[in-house]
This record gives sequence, structure tokens and C-alpha cells, in this order.
Amino acid sequence: MPSHTFMLNGKQVTVEAEDDVRLLWVLRDLLGVTGPKYGCGLNVCKSCTSHINGKAFNPCSVPVSKIKPTDEITTIEGLPATVGKDLHPMQEAWLALDVAQCGYCQPGQIMTAVAKVRQARAAGHEIGDADLDEIRNICRCGTYSRIRAAIKAGAEHM
Amino acid sequence: MAEHRRSPNGPDAEPGGLGRRRFLGYLLAAPTLAVAVQWGAESLDPPTAEAAIPSLPQPEDLFDLGDLQNLAALPTSGLVSVQVNADGTASFAVPRAEVGQGMTTAVAMMIAEELDLPLDKVIVTLADARPELLMNQLTGGSNSMRSMYVPVRTAAAIARQQLVAAAARQWNLPVAELGTRDGVVTHPSGRSATYGSLAAAAAATRTTAVSAPLKSPEQFRILGTPQNRVDARDIVTGRKTFGMDLRVPNAKPTMVRRPPTINGTVGSVRNADAVRAMPGVTDIAVVSHGVAVRGETFGQCIDALRALEVTWGPGTVDTESDDTVLRKVRAAELPLAVPPLLSQHVDAEFTFAFASNSPLEPDNAIADVRQDSAEIWSSLKVPIVAQQEIAAMLGLPPDAVTVHVVQGGGSFGRHLFHDVAAEAAEISKAMGKPVKLMWSRTDDFRHGRTHPMCTSRIRATYLLGAVLSFEQRHTSVRTDFSHGLGEMITSTAAQLPVAGNLGFAETIFELTQSSPYDFGVTTQLLNEVPLGFNTGSMRNIYSPNVVCAQELVVDQLAARMGKDPVAFRREFLKDDRLRAVLDKAADAGEWGRSLPPGVAQGIGLHAEYRAAVASLVEIDCRPETVQRKVPDGVTGPRVTRALIVVDPGFAINPRGLEAQLIGAMNDAIALGLTSSLHIDNGIPLEGSWDNYFYTRQWNTPLDLKVIVLPPTTGKPGGAGELGVAPSLAAVACAYARATGTMPTSFPINHDTLAFTPYPLEPSTPQSPVDGLDFAY
Ligand code: FES
Ligand code: FES
Repeated sequence: MPSHTFMLNGKQVTVEAEDDVRLLWVLRDLLGVTGPKYGCGLNVCKSCTSHINGKAFNPCSVPVSKIKPTDEITTIEGLPATVGKDLHPMQEAWLALDVAQCGYCQPGQIMTAVAKVRQARAAGHEIGDADLDEIRNICRCGTYSRIRAAIKAGAEHM
Repeated sequence: MAEHRRSPNGPDAEPGGLGRRRFLGYLLAAPTLAVAVQWGAESLDPPTAEAAIPSLPQPEDLFDLGDLQNLAALPTSGLVSVQVNADGTASFAVPRAEVGQGMTTAVAMMIAEELDLPLDKVIVTLADARPELLMNQLTGGSNSMRSMYVPVRTAAAIARQQLVAAAARQWNLPVAELGTRDGVVTHPSGRSATYGSLAAAAAATRTTAVSAPLKSPEQFRILGTPQNRVDARDIVTGRKTFGMDLRVPNAKPTMVRRPPTINGTVGSVRNADAVRAMPGVTDIAVVSHGVAVRGETFGQCIDALRALEVTWGPGTVDTESDDTVLRKVRAAELPLAVPPLLSQHVDAEFTFAFASNSPLEPDNAIADVRQDSAEIWSSLKVPIVAQQEIAAMLGLPPDAVTVHVVQGGGSFGRHLFHDVAAEAAEISKAMGKPVKLMWSRTDDFRHGRTHPMCTSRIRATYLLGAVLSFEQRHTSVRTDFSHGLGEMITSTAAQLPVAGNLGFAETIFELTQSSPYDFGVTTQLLNEVPLGFNTGSMRNIYSPNVVCAQELVVDQLAARMGKDPVAFRREFLKDDRLRAVLDKAADAGEWGRSLPPGVAQGIGLHAEYRAAVASLVEIDCRPETVQRKVPDGVTGPRVTRALIVVDPGFAINPRGLEAQLIGAMNDAIALGLTSSLHIDNGIPLEGSWDNYFYTRQWNTPLDLKVIVLPPTTGKPGGAGELGVAPSLAAVACAYARATGTMPTSFPINHDTLAFTPYPLEPSTPQSPVDGLDFAY
């Protein structure tokens, strides 16, 4: 079986898997990293959102063979370490505003939020309602308004 | 009804009556302090005194679904217990499911309050199936808070009392001189002892009955204050373990190739051996409604199930589509009784499409079925029924089947049924191995339970400023309530204030629906059409559809009589609590403020679960809003501003209640404007979240406020479902006012299919491979 090496949450990992197995299942079923959730497997719900080299992406729609040894994959579990703290400011904002209900979508929401704030800044502005309207992550519990408030609050400390 | 509402525990009102009634519990023989209580009838409210009104009170006014569930709980012999541990924590295994509604947080608050313990020292877990609790282990009808409020607090209060007594014994001081704070027993001399150090000394050696008074609301320090969820940190760090995240040794990923119509069966499998030889695949088995594959990863299960060549037998609704179902529902509508003679009348009929109660976490269960026993892990709201039925299916005695209730990523009614747990057990038995079964997203929409199509017909007659009659005939494809409430009904039906042999669905309907208006002769009746769909309750059951129809007609009546919708409602309301939330909403929501053409306000009211709610929304139906473009999404009108005012009686956790109502508003927007299932020749066409248009960020209100009124009754009303009905009504009424046309079919976009359906075969679509192209 082919083996695949990449950086996962700051550590190098090597895993044996067929080339076409999507990264989500390599993370969840083979490596036991369960922060990224399955909600569709179709790049639609965004509950698996993680980062590759600091950008948001959806591992349910990427075969593991497309990940290069130098690629840095960050899941919700590795987000705090990217700022050298116990919690990333976006996670702090999520706690302050008590965003979660069932919580299933929230790891993906937080990973999306961080990337969205960076994307807005790269485009030369702070995150606003037009950016927030672009977020596709489903929250079936309907926590959207607290998510919006938390992203704006978290951005202030990013 | 009064005799039903007395506690079986016979709380002895203390002479001198400072309202310090004592409540009964039991000290259990255990190594550290353990206090048990019976789920009791204490939470039953006294009957609502009805003012003298021309309309007779309908059953819901007297006795609602939550009361029925509480009443059915009375004969149970099961006890639930609070334990104080040597590390100073208190633990409680709650016989309910946590699916996001914040129930564990509220229970932890009750214990922290009465025990005088910091909230983070209270550990609430979910209990396994406990048959001795009978129907008391059911999470639904928003009754959790109401049925637990007194028993849980009683157990904690007794525990506190025993800890104080233990310290008094050790110090040889009178109990009256000791106090408690933050998990410590203290004496003015400066002496103190932690609960942890007293936990063993306070334990009983044999079971004894004891009683203790509960705090009065003025003494509350935690209950009634906004608190964050107890599992919030685990959630934001990805540590919270959902069913999908559980690891049980050798329970490998398992999925099912499903038929192209609902409840279809397997004819033959042509290439089982070839598929079994695919990479990562370990087992294949034919089961009742498909072919199961087990493998090393779910991804390989998808590959394998797609590669199977299967012929299928028919399902249970192969010839049914939206239009055939609607014809059958219409044909079953009960006649209206009042002829529209000599008076003016409003006649209206509304249609509500099939809707999905699928949560974001797909249905999943782990099953390990052995020769003589079985173990199941799943998010189940009625675990006792799951245990009994799975045991019967496996040919095992119920006590040979252990059912663990795990954390669920949402429910919305879906987890009242154990379909996925039963299927996992069937597969595990067939393969002889443990399995971790997941339904694909597409399975969840196409084969999972649905809230069925229904119509609501209304005729209201009026004359000279009075409404003379209001008749509503609600007709639905049958909703499946077979999850066990039936047992409750059989034990309590005779005591219900409803006549005759009503079917269970009709009883639920009677208990949850009640027109809040003084509209003369009022009748609201349900009829159901039995069809072979997989149906079930969805959040707030019948209320969203019934109340939406009712409130649209109320607006029509107001217009006919030349009255403002809010003024008209205020005039005809029977209930002061509803009038109060209406007034608050109209005031805080700036009812009547000037808005551009194409933008309008709407208001909806509903009382249920011993609570009252008003929703006020503003909807923007201007072309530039309706025609916004979002790739693979629907836009349409946008609710830009929304306000919900709630009188919950008493809000245990106002922040949690607010969260539930925010969610309810987003559900309502979806049901009114965008989300439905299209049934086409025996199956829904929807297969993903870009087909089933639940509210997304681009359609959520930019300004959404919840106002929780201060305590009125002092008793907690239900929260989890409360807000959907009035919010859907408000959205519909606002839409009618913004466009000048009353909508009669919901959701309003149902007639256009705004997506290309995934193929029916294979049943689960392949995952894309181009995910990196969209990184941002
Ligand atoms: S699971 Fe990856 S987008 Fe839905
Ligand atoms: S919190 Fe439940 S899906 Fe978002």
C-alpha cells in the first residue's frame, strides 16, 4: 500500500493508504483525528473545513495522494498551536459568545472564520457582512447570528 | 384535573407556611454520598384558570403534551441519583439525550444551585437505556426541563443537607450554625471542610427516606442567570466526542448501498465477491433495505457500495410523487361545519411540502452483536424502546442488549427513532463482527424520516366586528409516533380531558394545538392519510404549519375589518401572557415603522409548552434582494430583521433559551422560504445541503434579537421547539404584506426545482477530488 507523508498539526506523519482515499478519512479513520467532521463528503456542508498551508480547504474532497510532504495540514486540534496559545482568539470569541449548540459544525465554522478574516485582510479590508454572507458552512442548529458576532469579535484579536 | 397534579410524594407543607415545602428523596447505601429521587409530578402546573370567555377552552389550554409526558411518568419505580464524589465533584447520569438543546447545562445548573457547588464541579453524563424508568426516558415535546426541575433539585438539596449533617457530627456542632458555599461546609469559627472530604462520611449504609426544602427563587444564584454551555470548550477545541467520533475496538466503518425508492428491497447482488476483493473492504452483507459494506475507511465503503451491482425489489411508495400525495391528502380533508351564511367569511387553504429533520451529523450507530448479547452506541431519545425492539429483532432478552446513549450532533426529531441502531445491529449480526454504521448525507435526506406533507384549511366567519367562528382542518400524511409514546397514552388516556377513542396522533394534535383567539365557535381537527413514507416528528411537530396557516388568516380577518394586525390580535387574544409578549414585540420591534415598498413586517404568536412567544420579522422582497446570486444556492427574499419575545414562565438559563430561539428563527426562515423535499416516484430528489436549502449565512437575518421576559409563573416552560411556529407565521405574514399576495404553498420556492438531483443509483455520490482548487 502506498505511504503518504505530510505535516499534521506541527508534526510529520506518515500513513499507509490507497492513493484515492480522501484526506478526511485518512485523518478520521486512520489517524484518529476527529475534529474535522463529515456532513456530506461533497464539498458542500463545510463541516470538515481544515487548513492547508494556512488556507481553508475541505479534506473530504482531496485524495491523500495530492498532499505533498511539505504541506502543512492544520485541523481544529492544531489551531491553538499556530498562535502558541491554549486557544486561538477565534476559539476564545466562540466561548465568550457561547456560540455552539450541538457543536457538530463548530470546528469547521472556526477554521472557516480564521481563513475568512485572513482573506478579507489580504484584500485590504476588515471582515464585514458581505464576507460573512459568503460563508457556506451549514449550521443545522441555526447558530448563524452568534457565529457572525463571534467572527467579528475574534478578528479584533487576530 | 387537580387530583392529577398532586405530588405522589406528599410534600408536607410546613406549618407557618413560608412556602418551604419539603421534598422527598432517598439516601442510597453507597461508598460516598448518593441521593436518589423519583421523577415526580411536582412539575405539573396547577390548572390554568380560564377567564370567562365565549370560546370554550380547548384541551391544550388545560393540559399540554409536556404534562402528559410528566403524568405518564408517575407510576415508574425508577430512581435517578446525584452522587457526591471524593474529589469534591457531583455527578448525575441524566436519562435524556443531549443533541444541542443545552439540557446537560441546565441540569448542571440545577445541581450546582441546590448543592452550593461551582458549576464546573458538576458532571452530567447521559444514562444508558434504563427499562425501569419506563417512558420517562424520552427526550421530546420539550418536556425535559419541566420534568426534571423539581426532582433533580430535590436530590441536590438533600445531598447538601447530608453534607452539612456529616460536618456537624464530626465537629460536634449544631447543624443550624453551619453554612455552605462553593463546595465547602463552613462554620463562623472559621472551621471548614470540602464536600470531597465529607463525601464518605455523609454516605448512608442503608437506603432511607429523607426530605429537604428547596431554595426559593429569591435565593437563586445560578438558576435564572445566563450561563455558557458546559461542553463549550470541548466543542471549540474539537474534543467533544460525537457518535461519529467514538472508537470501539474492531467496529470498522460500514455503509449501505440503498435502493432507488424508499424502503425498497434487495433482489440480487451480482458481484459481491469482486467487491469484497476491493482495497480496504472486509465484509459484504445483504440486509433488509440494502447491501452493507464494511471496510477500513468510510471512503472505501463509498467506493465499494458504488461498485456493487444490485437488482432491487419495489419500495413502499414507488408510485407516489408530490402531486399524487397532495391529491390523497386533499381527498382526506374533513369537512368544514359552518356554512358561510349571513356573514362574511375568509376561506383559505395552505399546503406544506415534505421537510427533512436531518441533523448535520448523519445517522450513525455502533453495534457489536455476539451470540448471547449485544452492545449498541447511538444518539437515541427513546433508548428503552430501541433496546426492546433491537433485542426482539436479534432474538435476545432485553437485558442482554446494552444501549449506550451518545452525544448527538443535532436531532430535530430524527433521534426519536432508532432506525440506524437497528440497522447496525442487523448488519453486525449478519457479518458476525462489530460495525460502525454511517448513513451517507444522501441516505439521510432520501431514506431518513421526514416531516410529511400536510394541508391546512381554514374558514372564519365574521359579522359586525366580531369573529363568529374559526374552523381549521389539518390533514397530513400520517406522522409515525411509534417510538413508544403509545404506551404512555394507554396508561393515561382515560384521564385526558378529550372525549372518545382518539388516535394517538389526534391526541398529540389536541394537546399541542389551541387557538389563542376569542373567535367564537372554534374547532381544530386533524385527519391523517396512511402512506408508506418514513415519517416522524420534526421540531415543534404540527405547530409550525398549523400556526402559520392560522396567523395568515388572522391577518386576513384584520384586513377585512380594517384593523392593524397587532391591534386586531391584542383585541381578540384570550391570554394575558400572549398579550404581554405581543406588546413587548410591537414596541421593541418598532411595529409600523416606515419601510420602503417591497419590505414589510409580520407578526406571529404562539403559546405552547407553558410558554408564550411573539415573533416579529421584517422581510425584504425587493428584486435586487430576491435576485442575489449565490453559486449552487438559493437566495430569494431575505428576513433582514427578526425579534423573538418569550415568556418562558421561568428561564433556567436565559442564554441557552436565547440560543434555542435563534435556531428556531433560522428553521422558520427555511420552512417558509427555501427548504423542502421534492418527492418524485417514491423518493426525495434532495441529496445534499445544496439541494435541501436549510438557511445559510446569506439568508440569515443581519439583526436577530431575543428578549426573555422576567419570570411570570416561576415554572420553566419548554424551550427546544418553542420558537419555530410563531416565527414561521411571522415570516409568512411579512411576506404576504411585502408582496401584497398571501402565500398558500410552503416553502414559497417549492414549485421550482433549483438544483440538479444526484443520480438515484448508486445511492451515494462519489466525493469530489478537486478540493484543493477551492482553498482560500
Ligand atoms: S464533509 Fe466536507 S464539505 Fe461536507
Ligand atoms: S451547532 Fe449544531 S450544527 Fe451547528
